[in-house]
Amino acid sequence: MRSMDAERKNTGGHTVVVGASLAGLRGAEALRRAGFAGRLTLVGDEPHRPYDRPPLSKSALTGEVAPEATVLPNLHALAADWRLGVAATGLDRQAREVRLADGTTLSYDRLLIATGSRARSWPNPTEAGLAGVHTLRGRDDAAALRQALAPGPKRVLIIGAGFIGCEVAASCRALDRAVTLIDPGPAPLARILGQPVGEIVAALHRALGVDLRSRTKVARLEGNEAGRVVRAILEDGNVVETDLVVVALGAVRNTEWLSGSGLDAGPGGVVCNEAGHALDTEGRPDRAIAAAGDVARFPHPLFDGRPVALEHWGHAVAQGEHAGRLLAGEANETDYAEMPAFWSSQGGITIKSVGLTEGADSMVFAQGSPKEGRFVVVYGAKGRCIAAVSFDSARWLPAYAEQIAARAPFPPICGGTDEHNLTVLSPGFPEKRTSP
Amino acid sequence: MPDSSLPPDATPPLRVTVDLNRCQAYAQCCYAAPGHFVLHGREALFYDPAPSSSARLAIERARVSCPVQAIRVEDPERQGR
Ligand SMILES: Cc1cc2nc3c(=O)[nH]c(=O)nc-3n(C[C@H](O)[C@H](O)[C@H](O)COP(=O)(O)OP(=O)(O)OC[C@H]3O[C@@H](n4cnc5c(N)ncnc54)[C@H](O)[C@@H]3O)c2cc1C
Ligand code: SF4
Repeated sequence: MRSMDAERKNTGGHTVVVGASLAGLRGAEALRRAGFAGRLTLVGDEPHRPYDRPPLSKSALTGEVAPEATVLPNLHALAADWRLGVAATGLDRQAREVRLADGTTLSYDRLLIATGSRARSWPNPTEAGLAGVHTLRGRDDAAALRQALAPGPKRVLIIGAGFIGCEVAASCRALDRAVTLIDPGPAPLARILGQPVGEIVAALHRALGVDLRSRTKVARLEGNEAGRVVRAILEDGNVVETDLVVVALGAVRNTEWLSGSGLDAGPGGVVCNEAGHALDTEGRPDRAIAAAGDVARFPHPLFDGRPVALEHWGHAVAQGEHAGRLLAGEANETDYAEMPAFWSSQGGITIKSVGLTEGADSMVFAQGSPKEGRFVVVYGAKGRCIAAVSFDSARWLPAYAEQIAARAPFPPICGGTDEHNLTVLSPGFPEKRTSP
Repeated sequence: MPDSSLPPDATPPLRVTVDLNRCQAYAQCCYAAPGHFVLHGREALFYDPAPSSSARLAIERARVSCPVQAIRVEDPERQGR
């Protein structure tokens, strides 16, 4: 006897997962867990089995962990075909075929797009090609950077004080390397955490011994005759002598392979509906296709359906699992509504966030204080709590996550013993970055 | 696919990740499997993502002792691909 459920379930056919990293792996596992018994193929352009990226800017740089040791645990038997070291180069939705770089094609019944993002490179290709200029996204990048750090470079110049730039700066200081960190914003992380918290991050990095230059841009990089980088010329005319540059200018979503597929995909990501199905350029969902992780852009129900693309580890796991269930026919009626969350650790401090700070018009220090080095900041927009960020105070966050999900009024009711009069501040987000 | 992190013929290591969004730095794992889980500073949990299979019991102890179930382990001896 087959239940209604079993009939709606997709238990056979061929499912192809493009992008063999966190979202792709967790998606494939969820598909199997939901009862998918057909053929499963994972395609990845990196030659490696799925591995974890967060350690690459932290313990893998300091040497506590080997870059190749972060292979992700496989949490459910996959019985999959792995096509590693070969990129998908095209998608034909009429023929239901994925084209691969080696000239072969894979026909699919269901497709999970999980091609993530890559590091944005330095805009001038000649300068980007100088020896000693690095980006950090994959484990081979981490291995190369680790090797370049070993002999003790004169000075490491990090361009961009976002999370990865800040973590790399802290890791380099843990290795006692001289570091200059440059960003056009008023303070590190100010675009995400606002200026008052950015100032705290600035103080943290100065205390670590980082030569921090805010409100400054690198105009150009110069090399010697051997083609090695030797200095950076800043827009303010200053010169930084450096032999190792890390370009940390954020990420670019890997959607080029989808051009011509008729899907609404571009630099902003693969546009999805609430459930996670990819939309075509007319806005119609393709129910054979889902997207997940860094590459997906979707309307978030907790934030008024605003389209967001989140580059967080926990999101790749949760949305990957959701997409796996969706393609297995298990999650058709449910929208993806996971509370956004991420962590970062730099200089021994753990920063954690729930919700989304974008659009905040006010903020309060709700627990602890910057002086103690442990605190929680809550962000509000139009009188509602929309995000909370902790510095070494993670235990408060689950309660704030509930308040954000419940659209609780801002300023929040904090309770607890260290309640004080909350001073509402302006987050003072800097202007959106248009160029490095 | 040969795994470049392994010498030939070695027993494959366990694979560990911790969901650090969930981790609340309770440190139970650090007591259960010292050396494999370590707190740096107040809240930064550092863990060995590839402990040798001989640490199996300690890692399993750590996994079950975590009050927020943040630890995930793959044991190659117990699972297919
Ligand atoms: C250095 C670093 C540190 C980080 N630290 C943190 C942290 O502390 N906390 C946190 O929350 N998040 C962190 N993140 C972010 C987190 O790792 C990502 O959000 C997560 O990896 C996203 O997973 P994904 O599977 O969506 O994409 P990815 O991990 O980017 O994987 C996509 C995969 O698809 C492959 N691919 C791309 N195009 C193709 C193609 N055409 N064909 C085949 N394969 C293709 C890529 O090579 C890659 O292997 C960090 C990221 C980096 C790089
Ligand atoms: S036991 Fe769990 S919560 Fe505690 S430190 Fe370990 S992983 Fe984190």
